[in-house]
Amino acid sequence: MTLDISFIGILIGSIMASSVPLILAASGELITERSGVLNLGVEGMMIIGAISGFALMVITDNLFIAIVGSMLSGVIISLIFGFLTQSLLTNHVATGLALTIFGIGLSAMLGKNFVGIPGKEFPILFSSLRESIPFFGPILFGHSIVLYFAFALPFLTNYFLKKTKLGLVVRAVGDSPVSASNQGINVIIVRYCCILYGGAMCGLAGAYLSLIYTPQWIENMTAGRGWIALALVVFATWSPIKVLIGALIFGGITILQLHMQAIGFRIPVQFLSALPYLMTIIVLVVISRDSRKIKLNTPTSLGRIFYKEK
Amino acid sequence: MYKNFFRYLISAIFLLGFSVNSNADFKVGFVYVGPTGDHGWTFQHHEGRNAVEAAGIKTTFVESVPEGADAERVIRQLAQSGHDLIFTTSFGYMDPTNKVAKDFPNVKFEHATGYKREHSNVSTYSARFYEGRTLLGHIAGKMTKTNTIGYIASFPIPEVIRGINAMTLAAQKVNPNIKTKIVWVFTWYDPGKEAEAAQALIDQGADVIMQHTDSTAPVQTAEKAGVWSFGQASDMQRFAPKSILTSIIDDWAPYYVERAIAARDGSWNQQDTWHGLKEGMVAMGPYNSAMGADLVKEVEQLQKDLASGKVHSFTGPIYDQKGNILVAEGKVADDGMLAGMSVYVKGVEGDIPK
Repeated sequence: MTLDISFIGILIGSIMASSVPLILAASGELITERSGVLNLGVEGMMIIGAISGFALMVITDNLFIAIVGSMLSGVIISLIFGFLTQSLLTNHVATGLALTIFGIGLSAMLGKNFVGIPGKEFPILFSSLRESIPFFGPILFGHSIVLYFAFALPFLTNYFLKKTKLGLVVRAVGDSPVSASNQGINVIIVRYCCILYGGAMCGLAGAYLSLIYTPQWIENMTAGRGWIALALVVFATWSPIKVLIGALIFGGITILQLHMQAIGFRIPVQFLSALPYLMTIIVLVVISRDSRKIKLNTPTSLGRIFYKEK
Repeated sequence: MYKNFFRYLISAIFLLGFSVNSNADFKVGFVYVGPTGDHGWTFQHHEGRNAVEAAGIKTTFVESVPEGADAERVIRQLAQSGHDLIFTTSFGYMDPTNKVAKDFPNVKFEHATGYKREHSNVSTYSARFYEGRTLLGHIAGKMTKTNTIGYIASFPIPEVIRGINAMTLAAQKVNPNIKTKIVWVFTWYDPGKEAEAAQALIDQGADVIMQHTDSTAPVQTAEKAGVWSFGQASDMQRFAPKSILTSIIDDWAPYYVERAIAARDGSWNQQDTWHGLKEGMVAMGPYNSAMGADLVKEVEQLQKDLASGKVHSFTGPIYDQKGNILVAEGKVADDGMLAGMSVYVKGVEGDIPK
């Protein structure tokens, strides 16, 4: 293995690129869950975002419309979930699972005519700086705009939850919807907004896969990333910064294990394949040992149905 | 009991629906494991069906049929609704096909990639994709500058190991310094992971990327990185016009047409088919002009020789990784050995996952 410094830079760059969909989807889901709603439909919303983005790119030939459209499609599909769970008071877990199954099926149907079409190249920023600066170039430059957004998102989310009044409202609704409601907060509206926001982020995460990471549409192309994002939120104990760390570790070990195989390490391949999951859990459990903080971050009424007595 | 009654009623309605447009004509049915638009395995079987249709024979197909109980129901329904020949195009349809075949002795069945022929009306067929790998190995050995070939492998089954071995043997012949780096992804189909595997191999110095997975992600990654690649299952050239040197194409069409006509004319009999370049079941995509005229000529000659049987992909002496002889000098590997291949040949690095 060539362990020179510029190679490590390239490696870090590709690790960052691979963790983007996880960061986006997990950050979105984090807000949804902090408001007390458990949406297991992440995978379904991602795949809908992937096909919508790709289809719009093919039809309009405009990447901006494709990106915005994918987020909108995530919003629309999460609206179904919101209506069922918030207005019709259905069970969160069952509805979320149904949303995933529905999303996978619907995307396959919508995507029928888009299979086998090569994607369009997505513009990358500062590509000249990437080549000219060793080590830092491939890390900081030559990425798509979505990647920069994804890496800013956990910090923005953290700021939003901790420092803004709206963030406080979201947390209040997630911790004790009854008290929040008594304070005059419209719990249902807040939860709707958080669900739709989660949908938008999951849609964007899907579009990142179909437009930027592997520009093409194939059925089921999210391949379980939505479930990993869901698990990340829980293991990161609902902390946005830990979600970022978890996503980077997961992406990092995934790519490192492929490199280790290519180099020819004599470690059973099955063990290497399981390593990303193991390491992510171990690291996140270790860094979130503080039970006081966990209690502080956990939305107490997660997944519980709330209705206002009249 | 009523439940069953309803089932029969519903099938009867379906039957009626089918028989309305069937009359007494000869009909061929196809069962697919994926959607016809997967641009890989099922897509190629569907192309085969189109050829049968073009030959003037009526066909029906059912797509995205899960392997298991559903498969048996679908196959049975096709048999009941007057299909005379049914192609079941995935390994997992093996038992359902044989089960239905028992109840419909007058219907002919063709099962892809399986080995069970429990009744006289069941045939099996598969393709010698390894012959294509030999050509890829020859090209890769000539084209690589870093002497490193990257191979994205799916699952450690004989089919995949055979491909790795065939490729390595051919590459060694033209370039003794060649190294094959293998990454196992344990999936047939995960574009993100396949792309990451390709990128890892490229970062590790591979300048030719080969895949035994189904998506077009690896060739796109190769195109971006400016290294060579090969298409898999179908012609993937338009996904990576600069990078793709050629593609291995599964061409089921001639076989399907031949078997359909045989069944129609009454000359169909049970057989186990393993066709390759000779019969055209394995075909090669257009050769990239970047290979240079000489190499193209060379490869075309090799393709002819493989087809005519003058050259065999596994000609001795072949040694395993420890140096034990697998195929003696002057001999070629027999089909039994090929079908059960489970060791790497000398020159492949690493261990086969167990």
